[in-house]
Formats: sequence, C-alpha cells, structure tokens
Amino acid sequence: MTTLANYLLVSGLLFSIGMAGVLLRRSILIIFMGLELMLNAANLSLVAFSRFHPVNGLPNYNAQVLVFFIITVAAAEVAVGLAIIVALYRAKRTTHVEDLDTLKF
Amino acid sequence: MSTLTAPWIILFTPLAAAVLILFFGRLSKPLSSSLAIASALVGCVLSWWLFLQPDPAGAIRFYWLDFGSMLRVPFGMTVDHLSKVMLVVVTTIATLVFTYSLGYMKTEEGYWRYFAGLALFLFSMLGIVLADNFVMMFIFWELVGLSSYILIGHYYSKDSAADAGKQAFIVNRVGDFGFLLGILFLWAATGTVVFTELTKAIPLLKETPVYLTIACVLVFCGTIGKSAQLPLHVWLPNSMEGPTPVSSLLHAATMVAAGVYMLARIFPILEAAPDALTVIAWIGGLTCFAAALMATQQNDIKRILAYSTISQLGYMVLGIGVAKTADVPMFHLFTHACFKCLLFLCAGSVIVGMHHEQDIWKMGGLKNKMPITFLAMWAGALALSGCPGFSGYFSKDLIIEWAVVNQPFLGWLAVATAGLTAFYTFRLIFVVFLGGPRGSHAMQAHESPLVMLIPLICLAIPSILAGWPPIQKIFFHVGEPPSVPHLLHILLPALFLAGLGGAVLLYCRKVEKDPVYIPLFANRLYIDDAYGWLVKNVQDGGALALSWTDRWIVDGLVVQVPRIATWACGFVLRFLQIGNIQAYAFFFGAGAVGLLYFLLFR
Amino acid sequence: MQLALFWVFAILMLMSGLGVVFFRNPVSSAMSLVMAFVALAAVFVTLDAFFIAVVQVMVYAGAVLVLFLFIIMLLDLRAEARRPVNLLAWAGGGLVVSGFLAALVKVVVSDPAFQIAKPALSNPQINDVAMIGLALFHNFNLPFQIIGVLLLAATVGVVVLSKKELK
Repeated sequence: MTTLANYLLVSGLLFSIGMAGVLLRRSILIIFMGLELMLNAANLSLVAFSRFHPVNGLPNYNAQVLVFFIITVAAAEVAVGLAIIVALYRAKRTTHVEDLDTLKF
Repeated sequence: MSTLTAPWIILFTPLAAAVLILFFGRLSKPLSSSLAIASALVGCVLSWWLFLQPDPAGAIRFYWLDFGSMLRVPFGMTVDHLSKVMLVVVTTIATLVFTYSLGYMKTEEGYWRYFAGLALFLFSMLGIVLADNFVMMFIFWELVGLSSYILIGHYYSKDSAADAGKQAFIVNRVGDFGFLLGILFLWAATGTVVFTELTKAIPLLKETPVYLTIACVLVFCGTIGKSAQLPLHVWLPNSMEGPTPVSSLLHAATMVAAGVYMLARIFPILEAAPDALTVIAWIGGLTCFAAALMATQQNDIKRILAYSTISQLGYMVLGIGVAKTADVPMFHLFTHACFKCLLFLCAGSVIVGMHHEQDIWKMGGLKNKMPITFLAMWAGALALSGCPGFSGYFSKDLIIEWAVVNQPFLGWLAVATAGLTAFYTFRLIFVVFLGGPRGSHAMQAHESPLVMLIPLICLAIPSILAGWPPIQKIFFHVGEPPSVPHLLHILLPALFLAGLGGAVLLYCRKVEKDPVYIPLFANRLYIDDAYGWLVKNVQDGGALALSWTDRWIVDGLVVQVPRIATWACGFVLRFLQIGNIQAYAFFFGAGAVGLLYFLLFR
Repeated sequence: MQLALFWVFAILMLMSGLGVVFFRNPVSSAMSLVMAFVALAAVFVTLDAFFIAVVQVMVYAGAVLVLFLFIIMLLDLRAEARRPVNLLAWAGGGLVVSGFLAALVKVVVSDPAFQIAKPALSNPQINDVAMIGLALFHNFNLPFQIIGVLLLAATVGVVVLSKKELK
C-alpha cells in the first residue's frame, strides 16, 4: 500500500539528486539537466497531492492543470537556456562553469 | 495740532524723508537736502511748540507685542519735561547741522546717501527720546547704532572708514548685550517694561537690593557702549572717519548723549540702588580723567575733540552718579551739545578751508584767513573749558560741586580734569589759528561759505548764554549741593587760568611740532593695543581651537567614521560577487534550506 | 501489483537520476535523463494521471531531450576531463543537499497527514483528458492564453539569441 508519504519521499529524493547535480557538476549542460530533474520532482509531488486529495470522487484537476503549465514553461525555459548556452559557447569556447566567471567585482 | 499727535509727527517726518530720499534722492541733489532739512525743521518747530505746552494728560499708546499678562510691549510716546527738553536740543541742533551739511558736502561723494542716513538717524534718535518703554527704546537704540554705522562708513571705499564703522557697531553691541540683560532682569522682577510702571514698582524692587543693583549696572552697560565710557570708548575717536557734520551731530551732541538721557529717564530706579550709582560715578569719573589725559597729546583736530567729548560724557555720567536730580547732568548735556557741536562745526570749517587736511601740525596762522571761524571757536573753547560766565562754567562746575560733596576722590579728579580741559582746548586753538602757516594748505586757506557760517553763529550764542541762571531756569530745575567747600569757588577759575596759561607758554609761539611728548597719552593709554592683542590672541586663538575641533573631531566623527564604515562593508560584501555560478547556486540553496528549517522547526 | 510497479519505476527513476548526475559523458547523462522521464511517466500512470503522463513523454522525452542532444552534438562536447576535486565545494553541496533531505524526511515521516492511503475514485475509468480540458478552458483560460504568448516570446528570444554575428 503506497501512501502519500512514499510519493513525497520519492519526489524529495529526486529533487535532492537534481540539486546535487546543480551544485556539484562542472559542465553547464549537466547542471541544466539537474534543473530539469528538480522541476520534474515538483511535478511528481503535485500530481501525488492531486490524487490523494480528490474532489467529488475525481482527482483535483486544478493541480494537474498546474503541472501542465509547469511542463510547458519548463520546455520554453529549456529552449531559451540552451540558446544562451550556445551563445556563451560561441563567445567563450568552453562549457566548464568555473571558466565562466567574468561577471564579478 | 494737539500735544498728543505732535510727538508722532515729530517722530515720523524724518522717517518719511529718509524713505523719499532713498527712492528719489539720486534724481536731484537739492531734493535730498531739502527733504532732510524740511523734516528737521518741522521737528524743530513742533518741538519748540510742544515745549511751551503743558504736559498732555493721557498718552497715545498701542500695544505692539501682546503676550497677555506675561509681556506687553507698547509703542507709545512719553512727553514729560525731560523728553521735551531733549526734543528741543536734538531737533534744533539737527536743523543747524543739516543746514551746515549743505555747504560741507557740496563737493563730496554720496550726497543723497548722506542725507538719507542723517534723516534715518534723526528718526532713530527721536525714537529714543520719545520712547515710553525699554523695548521700544532698545529698538531705536540699535537703529541709532545702525545709522551711526552707515554714516561713519560713508566714505566706504576707504578701509579706515569701513573699519571704523564696524568697530563702532561691534563695540556698541558689546554694551547692548549688557543693556538687554538688564532689561530682562527688570522685566523678570516686575513683569513690565514700561517706564512709568517700572517706577511704580520700585518699592517691590527695593526688597532685593542686590538684584536691583545688578540690573541697574547691566542697564548702565548700554550707556558704557553708547556714550563711550572707559572700557568701551575706543570706537568714538575712530568714528571721526565720518564726515564732520556727522561727527558733530552724532558723536558729540546727540547720539552719545542718548546714554546719559537713558540714565536720566530711569533715574528713580537708579536712585533706589545706591551701589549702582557708585559704580556709575566711578566709571564716569575715571573716563573723564583718562580721556582728558589722552586728549593732551593728540594731533588730529577731530580726535582732540573726540577725546574731549569722551571726557565731557564722563562728566555727565559722573553727574548721574552723584547728583540729587537728573537735571544736573542733563543741564551739562544741554550746554555740551551746543558748544561741542559748535567746536566740531568750526573744525569742519577749518578742514574744508585746509582742503581736508586734519593734522594740526600742518595748520597755523589761520586766524587772519578764517576770522569768523576763529571767533566762533573761541566761544566754544571758552564754554568748554569753563570760563566763568560762559555756559560750560555753570553746568560743569555744578557737577564738580556735587561730586566733591558726594564722592570726594572723584570730585577732585574732576577738578584736575577741568584744568586739563582748559589746557588741551587752548592748545588746539593756538596751534591751529596762531603762529605762522606750517604748510602750503595753511597758506592757501580760505573762509567757509555763508551756509556753513550761519549755523556756527547760531550755535555760538547759546554756547555763551545757555548757562546763565535766567535761561537755565526755563529748562532745568537744579540746585547746588549743601556744604560745598568754598575752596572750589576759587580753585575752578584758577585752574581755568592755569590751563590757559600753560597752553600759552607752550604753544603760543611759533612751534613746528609738539614740544611735549608723553607716549602713554599719545598712544591713548595703550587701550587700543590691548583690545587688538585681545582679539588677535584670545579670540583668534579660540576660533582656531574651535576650527581644529570642527575639522578633526566633529568632522571625523560625523563624516569620516560613516564613510569608512560604508567602505568597509562594501569591501567585505564585494567578495560575494565572484562570478562563479555554482557558488551563487550554493548560496541560494543554503538560504532556501535555512529558511525551510527556520519555518519548520522554530 | 500496483505497489510493485510503483516501486520498480520509482527505483528506476532514482537510479537514472543518479546516472544523470554522475556520468561523465554528456550523452550518457542525456540517455539517463530519458530513462528518468519515462520512468516518471510510469509513476504518473500509477497515480491515475494519464494525460499528464503522456504529455510528460511527449514534451520532455520528445522535445526537451532532443533539444539537449542537439546542443550536445552542436557543441561537440566530449567527456569531461578529470579535474581535481574541490573538497570545499563538495562539502558545501553535500551539506545543502543532506540538510534538505533530512528536513523532508523528518516532515514526511512524522506528519500523520501524509500517511493516508490512496482514496477510491468514483469511476475507475476516468476521462481525465476531458476533465483537464474542462478545467483548463473554463477556469484557467487566461493563463492558458498567456502561456501561448510566453511560448511566442521564448521562440523569438531563441531565434535572436542564436543568430550568428553579422559581419
């Protein structure tokens, strides 16, 4: 019997894995992938809440609409982010995050 | 025309003239002078008319500042015997001096400025005379100081004139500080500033004699400043930088006498504090003697007369301190105004004739070239030195008698001063008019025009006659003190002759420079140098110390410390902007997790 | 059965996530990411969110990941060289992650509100496409339109950003 706690735990673990990726990897593309993982973890917890707190015998579809929006926005964000990475690569010839440090004092 | 409205007209006509001259004077010279002379003449005629009327019963008074029972400052006129006499003196002399100025200032610069200043001065002086309360008098007191500043600095392009104006104003301010404190003391004790009400409150004041004495001495400080008594006399000789008619009107006859007039006005209050009267007498006596000493060694014709004025003012202040009624020093004020003004106008006549040369050792032999001036000067000199029969004899010797009776040391000091007065006065006449010409200016000297001579003659008459008992009784009610030493009646004329003789011996022959040289007197008892030292070292030193404090302590604390603190904070926080994305992400994550903990587990 | 399926796909998803983070070759990371997305879609199915599961596969696995792979190929990324391990960074990152995880575990395990079982649905065969469509176009029409504008803006932005410098 799966409980809400299970789903939330899984979601949390996924989120942590994504955050670890953001904080610890050096390639900017991998960092971006970690970001996507975090977004997906949030989506999972939203859907879990939607299913476990139904309204009139049906899942709470407002949450699922939100998930829909999140997916859409995440897609747009990925597109723009990757375009930025491409432009950055053209300027700097590197994707190593430690070399991208000119915005400092 | 009633006695209630006449004072208002007398007071405000000169102000109207001053305003009109200010706006329209530059258009035509005759306009400025005629407006000024007309206002003085109106005042003169009305003052004489007012003098002959009985005192008005009521008073026109409106309350200018009204703070309820705490303080009510009225603006009103006081018309009693004292102010009527003073009005006559001020307006008559003003009219004569204004007329004289027509001739004196004909070729001088700033013609309309001069007459506007004189009209303003007349307004202010009349305000002092007519004021019925301390605050109004103080306001006009300051206005008189302002007019004096404007007129002394008339030739403003000359540094010495500008500095003299500043010195006059500032030294007067020092005295006025004490004056204002005295007014506040009296107001605090009685709740009023009106003279008549203060007089009624004297029994109340007498209950705290120390307080009353201090208040009276503080009020007297105003006189020390305005009437050039001993510590604060330094401005009067320097005020001679102004045009000579100004010196004669302001710094001989009227403005400097305002101090004495004020003391006469509050004489009932002073009488209730005998210690204050002692202080006043001492300062007056010492001033009179010291100034006479200084006058014997001066070489500028106007400065001799200036020190003489200080000395005679000392007599008047001494008179306030020793006499039974205020009419005794006021009598001397009256005669002094006539003969000192006459002497100054004669000096002005000489100066104009000498093409504005003022050193007496460059003059000489003028008696043939300026006969009328010579004769008028003799009249004034005889009056000043107390020649029996002339006005000065009656008034000055009355004060000396009272002083000898009530304050013997000061009295005999005043007696000695009488001899010195005769000496330096005749020194002046002999060096200037007798002997031979000592320079080219002296050889080409000429008599002054009629417009300047007529006031001289007009003033010579009262200089001679004003002291005679029949005339004196019209204006003043004076009495001799009881038990005057008979010695005095012989000693005073003898000293007059001794002074005259001494001057004849030393100066009647042909001398090129002063045979007597006493550095102490010539350098004015080094008092000016003392003030200079004081300002330079004490005041400037204090200013330097304060400036140092401001720059290093205040500025350092208030400005530098925040500056350094801000810079330090900025310096530290800059290290967070390192450009490393993952570092930023780390801070972000750490902050979020921290917030989470804070929200969950608080 | 459902329980086993949930755990299988959950473990798969987590393993793939770890793979994303720890593979050195970017293409391997991308493949792990695909695996994670698909496993997540399966977990969605166990939650009766069929439409969302399909959208997840279509958009994420179908579009986002393709984009990732294109960029990897465009930039010609090789396997990352081993750089010396920055102990401080690893410590910091590890601290943040473990802190978060600890907080989450504590909350989820202790709060009884989270220990509920899956409530029953009125109709086991729900038409959730229609329901989502109804909710979307009835209640959330304005945000829907705005999302359209957002996508347009994103497109324009991407085109502008990827232009080569005009010589």
